[in-house]
Amino acid sequence: MITFDRAAVQLGGRVLWSDVTLSVGSGEFVAVLGPNGVGKSTLVRAALGLVPLSAGSALVLGHPPGRSGRDIGYLPQRRSFETGLRVRGVDIVRLGLDGERFGIPLPRGRGGSRRTAAARVAEVLELVGATDYAERPVGQVSGGEQQRLLIAQALVRRPDLLILDEPLDSLDLPNQAAVAALIEQICTEQGVTVVIVAHDVNPILSYLDRVVYLGRGGAVSGPAEDVITSETLSRLYQVPIEVLRASDGRLVVVGQPEAPAHHSDRHTGRPRP
Amino acid sequence: MSATTAAGGWSWNVVTDVHQLFAYPFMVNAFLAGTIVAVAAAVVGWFMVLRRQTFAGHTLALIGFPGAAGATLVGISAAAGYFGFAILGALVVAATRASGTAYRGFSEESAVVGTVQAFALAAGFLFVALYKGFLNGVNSLLFGTFLGITVGQVWALLLVAVVALIVLGLIGRPLLFASVDPDVAAARGVQVRLLGVLFLVLLGVAVAEASQITGSLLVFALLVMPAAAAQRFTPRPVAGLVLSVVIAVTVTWLGLVVAYYSPYPMGFYITTFAFAVYLASFVVRYLVDRHGSAPARALHARVGT
Repeated sequence: MITFDRAAVQLGGRVLWSDVTLSVGSGEFVAVLGPNGVGKSTLVRAALGLVPLSAGSALVLGHPPGRSGRDIGYLPQRRSFETGLRVRGVDIVRLGLDGERFGIPLPRGRGGSRRTAAARVAEVLELVGATDYAERPVGQVSGGEQQRLLIAQALVRRPDLLILDEPLDSLDLPNQAAVAALIEQICTEQGVTVVIVAHDVNPILSYLDRVVYLGRGGAVSGPAEDVITSETLSRLYQVPIEVLRASDGRLVVVGQPEAPAHHSDRHTGRPRP
Repeated sequence: MSATTAAGGWSWNVVTDVHQLFAYPFMVNAFLAGTIVAVAAAVVGWFMVLRRQTFAGHTLALIGFPGAAGATLVGISAAAGYFGFAILGALVVAATRASGTAYRGFSEESAVVGTVQAFALAAGFLFVALYKGFLNGVNSLLFGTFLGITVGQVWALLLVAVVALIVLGLIGRPLLFASVDPDVAAARGVQVRLLGVLFLVLLGVAVAEASQITGSLLVFALLVMPAAAAQRFTPRPVAGLVLSVVIAVTVTWLGLVVAYYSPYPMGFYITTFAFAVYLASFVVRYLVDRHGSAPARALHARVGT
């Protein structure tokens, strides 16, 4: 579904990462991991064609990045919606269906096509369990509920590939577990390939087919138990790193290189309307 | 002391009153112009409120003032000045935004925009001072007038409004997408930035239109208040747009009628009526939210989509 071959990206004249080679197979549930600021979001944005590669090549669904937008559901890393935003959740999902088409906003449409669209939106809302609050203004539902609506939006066009950028960020632990289980369910039941960016692997660890650990000079990919080890990560980051396994099976990575300061402003909590 | 300004006062006989009102061509023109302007401002304003760009709207209105004053000074119509400066201003605001971050929102540029705003107002003041004997005109440029609107002006307003609404009708859906969800919209191939620029130009057009009725300082009566009230009444996009238009047209008509029968200015009445609707929207929202979702559903059902 996705292959990167010795790919590199430059941002502002600086090489963010280089020599990244990886592949994601059909129907897989793959996590992109790494310390803050290493360029995980940029990696998926490169796959979407939103960031150009400075070296190497990439194929997404058999095309160069940016050619297959219709078949990819994308959930960007995000803030929550402003509390004052008075647009319903169901409208947000509906925009995912045909929001880029020219025309008046969310028309009643003509007979059949409108009913098909409404039915598809209702179906996907039911799938993510968002039916109960989809009629409320999206700014007034909780973070976990917003995340479910946004997953519904990404899914509404039946994509072959779902790219989720930190969908568990800013959720409390029960919601993290619930949303992670939902994504797993979508992956297996709908046959959608899922690429998920995460800074904590634990909520999704048991579901993953494969992880991609991203470093400055390349990426390591493979099954979680092979990649998230002291030896592999120490080699990738060229600093001593220890991976500890807690008694409940959770992984703790100690000694990850810290983020460069310039790329971490997304965590300062500045509201992005 | 009121009611004597016009020929005959308010009689409580609505048919007679309306008949009397429309006996004057200038009142007919005022109603036509007011309606056109209200529709355009309400629709564009709905998007402006959604996009949190009221500050940009305010700036464009103030930039329109020196345009109108300058146009009068050099002897062309004030309308040309409003349109020219407001559209030019929209492009300038768009340029300052484009050089900033990719995120929308005006916080980063507010100092630049505020500076331009103040200078525009000062320049308008200079033009007014240069144009001797224009002192009465200042009031109407700033606070609006319904007197002396010609048939030609009505046609010009109509033409511009129709073009603006057609453009907005074409880009409405991607614009809504780009407004509420810019990242996903961009990933779907929506030209978020181009739409932003196009919308600012449309905003400039709507502001220039509204300025000709409400004056530069009171454009928000038609541009913000109906749209903001409509969004409080309903979160549905199409219902909100329709409601915004209904509110704007209603307050404009009411304002014109009351101003005709009273010695006080129309700008005051339109703004006050719009303000009343805005306050009412808060009360209704509070009551609906307090009494749970059943009345909310009833309200939505009544308003429709």
